[in-house]
Amino acid sequence: MTAGLHILLVLLAAPLLPGVITKTKARVAGRSGPPLLQPYYDMAKLLRKGTVLSSTTTWVFLLAPAVAVVVPVLASLFLPLAGTRSPIAFSGDAILFVYLFALSRFCTTAAALDTGSAFEGMGAARELTFAALAEPALFFGLLALARISRSLSLSSLLAVGGAGWRHASAALVLIVASWFIVLLAENSRVPFDDPNTHLELTMIHEVMVLDHSGPAFGLILYGSALKLFVFSTLIAAVLLPRTGIPLTDAAATLGAVLLLGVVIGLVESGMARLRLVRVPQLLVTASLIAGFAVVLVLR
Amino acid sequence: MVVGAALCVISGLPALAGSRAARATPVLLVAGALAGLTGSAIGLVTGPTVFGLPWRVPGGAFLIRVDALSAFFAAPVFLLAGAGALYAQRYWPTTRMRSAYVRAFFGLLTGALALVMTAGNTIFFLAAWEVVAGASFFLIATEHEQAQTRSAGWIFLAASHVATLALFAIVAILHGLTRTWAFAPLPAGAAALPAGSAVLWLALVAFGIKAGLMPFHVWLPGAHAAAPSHVSAVLSGVVIKMGIYGLVRVLSLFDAVPATFGATLLLAGIGSSVLGVAFALAQHDLKRLLAYHSIENIGIIVTGLGIGVLAQARGEPLLALLGYAGALLHVWNHSLFKSLLFFSAGAAIHSVHTREIDRMGGLAKRMPWTAAAFATGAVAIAGLPPLNGFVSEWLLYYAGFTSITSSAPGGPALLVLLVVPALALTGALALACFVKAFGAVFLGSPRTSAAENAREAPRSMLLAMVPLVLGCAAIGLLPATLAPILGPAVHGAAPGIEPAGKIVALLRPIQTAAAVLAAIAAAAALMLFASARRAVSAVTWDCAYGAPTSRMQYTGSSLARGFLGFFAWAMRPIVHAPRTWTLFPSAAKFETHVPDTALDWVLLPAMRAGQRLLRLARYLQRGRMQLYLLYLGATLVALLAWSAR
Repeated sequence: MTAGLHILLVLLAAPLLPGVITKTKARVAGRSGPPLLQPYYDMAKLLRKGTVLSSTTTWVFLLAPAVAVVVPVLASLFLPLAGTRSPIAFSGDAILFVYLFALSRFCTTAAALDTGSAFEGMGAARELTFAALAEPALFFGLLALARISRSLSLSSLLAVGGAGWRHASAALVLIVASWFIVLLAENSRVPFDDPNTHLELTMIHEVMVLDHSGPAFGLILYGSALKLFVFSTLIAAVLLPRTGIPLTDAAATLGAVLLLGVVIGLVESGMARLRLVRVPQLLVTASLIAGFAVVLVLR
Repeated sequence: MVVGAALCVISGLPALAGSRAARATPVLLVAGALAGLTGSAIGLVTGPTVFGLPWRVPGGAFLIRVDALSAFFAAPVFLLAGAGALYAQRYWPTTRMRSAYVRAFFGLLTGALALVMTAGNTIFFLAAWEVVAGASFFLIATEHEQAQTRSAGWIFLAASHVATLALFAIVAILHGLTRTWAFAPLPAGAAALPAGSAVLWLALVAFGIKAGLMPFHVWLPGAHAAAPSHVSAVLSGVVIKMGIYGLVRVLSLFDAVPATFGATLLLAGIGSSVLGVAFALAQHDLKRLLAYHSIENIGIIVTGLGIGVLAQARGEPLLALLGYAGALLHVWNHSLFKSLLFFSAGAAIHSVHTREIDRMGGLAKRMPWTAAAFATGAVAIAGLPPLNGFVSEWLLYYAGFTSITSSAPGGPALLVLLVVPALALTGALALACFVKAFGAVFLGSPRTSAAENAREAPRSMLLAMVPLVLGCAAIGLLPATLAPILGPAVHGAAPGIEPAGKIVALLRPIQTAAAVLAAIAAAAALMLFASARRAVSAVTWDCAYGAPTSRMQYTGSSLARGFLGFFAWAMRPIVHAPRTWTLFPSAAKFETHVPDTALDWVLLPAMRAGQRLLRLARYLQRGRMQLYLLYLGATLVALLAWSAR
């Protein structure tokens, strides 16, 4: 029952998040913007369209969208979303959570190289470089949380709750800050990448999928919405206290995630993309912040 | 086991006899491999078995002792001997002489390797060790008409001799401590004695050189690149594991190893893994890239051993178990995926006739099976679920996380904590490196006409990759069933810890998750493939440019360029970049090259300085008989005077 609610919520609510971000940005800019449900309409349209495949591509090219959707759904099952326990929980699942996204990165970057295009290769190179710097930040945060909660399973590791916030509030603030930077980087949001730009030379994620079309592209859009949703849930789970009632907790998480979407929208409205050479510095800063959280909890 | 080793040793002999008899070589090798694998399986299940033959060497005994640890390390040797024999069938179609040469030494190498892993006597161990070194040297120098190959061979030989020198010292000290030439447990508290600690540190040098641990790795990249591909697979898959085996064997003789030694192993392992993969990213030569990944993986294995030793010294059994189990499982995993990668890379090199990554491209369309094999190896070596590399790395991550949650007195072992960010960085870099290798070699469009005309590898070469692919998938999808094998091996390496049940409990959920992932991803991919069957074919989108050429593709070197900047302090890349100041620059050339820092910047200058110093000694050598007689006479007189003192 709880697991069903969990999966349903993830599958249905995920595309709402990019809608909220776009709407926020439009409102800040004084426009009314596309409807909140626009991502759903886009995906429905793409699923009905035909596919154009580059003649250079192989099976790798079509494997990537499939993996990009499966991975976030599977990863979400480790997170506590509705209720205190996540649908799948075992000791050490935190490591699998991070590595699932690595698998998806392998597939998407390989698919980008599969097209033999100069632009897509460039996007793949950036994605790989930035992810290598973001991964330690994610792990440092997990280490600190493992120390606070004395647990290695995301289900209880993230649910530090009120007690955690009373004893280790400084470390938790640092973790949330660091993970927010990681979220922006991993999901190609503004200081790292501009999802709205249409200049191939400057993009990361969007440029890797230039050649995908039809249902495959629909799956990629859906996959990236799911990934954003999962990373937002990760942060929301650290922030929120638990009641233990599945429906209440699910509603609270959804509310927090959408609020996070508004924050992302505000960040995107307030600042421009960083120069590419500055990006590694910000990511190393995120790692240092999370590393400092580890030092704090080790006292 | 003995039969297997013997069959491997003699398998090369018919090849020397003539081309007709050469057909017997692969049959003998495969038979030997099967016999050896059966022997290993029996060795892992039953207790230690001993087999002896008369051998008239003072102190030596032809003694084969198969315990769980030996059987665990010997199993990949036999697997690769068999697969290598199949692979070599069609790989080496040059002159008959040379083919016989390779076959003879390949059989000798694998047979002697099995003896190293199972030797029960230190002198016998040394003898087998030297046979392996000699056979490896001749195999590395197969294409000896190339200067590069010759130099790789000589560097290997020199490094190997330094290792052997340290090994002689270890054997002598061990004899002094135990009064026997067998591998016998040392008296309690031996590690505290000067002789005991000398053994430990000498073992780090001797076995570190053989394994290719970072400061001692100088011989490895050149040797792996120069050898024929199936030999590289054996070199990387099992010969360097000889060093790990030796280290584990020597550690198992001590009742307690000081924590400082564990910490040293851990730090050396971390350094080796991060820098190994960083150097790998910078390579342009496919086989050198794979060779540097061997350094990385040896680093991961040594990190695991370091965790084990450190945790045992601090009395944390669970942590020690995780470290040893992760290290030993990674030994098997690396043997499987690295030899798979060398086999498939060798097939690509064989059909394109170059080792340059940026001169290949688009091979997945021309050699689909080889590409699939390489992709499997790439996912496995990058440590991604659901394949085997993930399982062993997961155990080491788990050790890092366990150390931070444990509330042992004195706080968590801070050094073990370092494993987590180090592995995260290593893993992400390895992923980037294999996206680069797989993408530039197999994906996109062919960059040269040789790549355009590439053909799928012969069936025997593909067949050799099958057991390796299956091994990678089996360990990745069913790790919990491996626990009965891993348990005794860990127990052999560190007799103090009792593993079996705990490993199963830890690995079972990983097994379920891997199966679910594989199943759902396969289903989703199949649905997508079905939907794309009616797809329209078009040219790649290149910003509305209608006629993209293969030269406009992103190259593997460009892909790695972003990383080079982070590690420039260690790699010192040599860049020849054109300066384009004018509006219409003329034709220009861009070149980058990353030399091996330890070899080209430290070791060779030191050697040259040493050579200059030793030139003074040449003064004595005049080439005149009278003078040499005088030296002899003078020495005799001096010795007489000394003894009459």
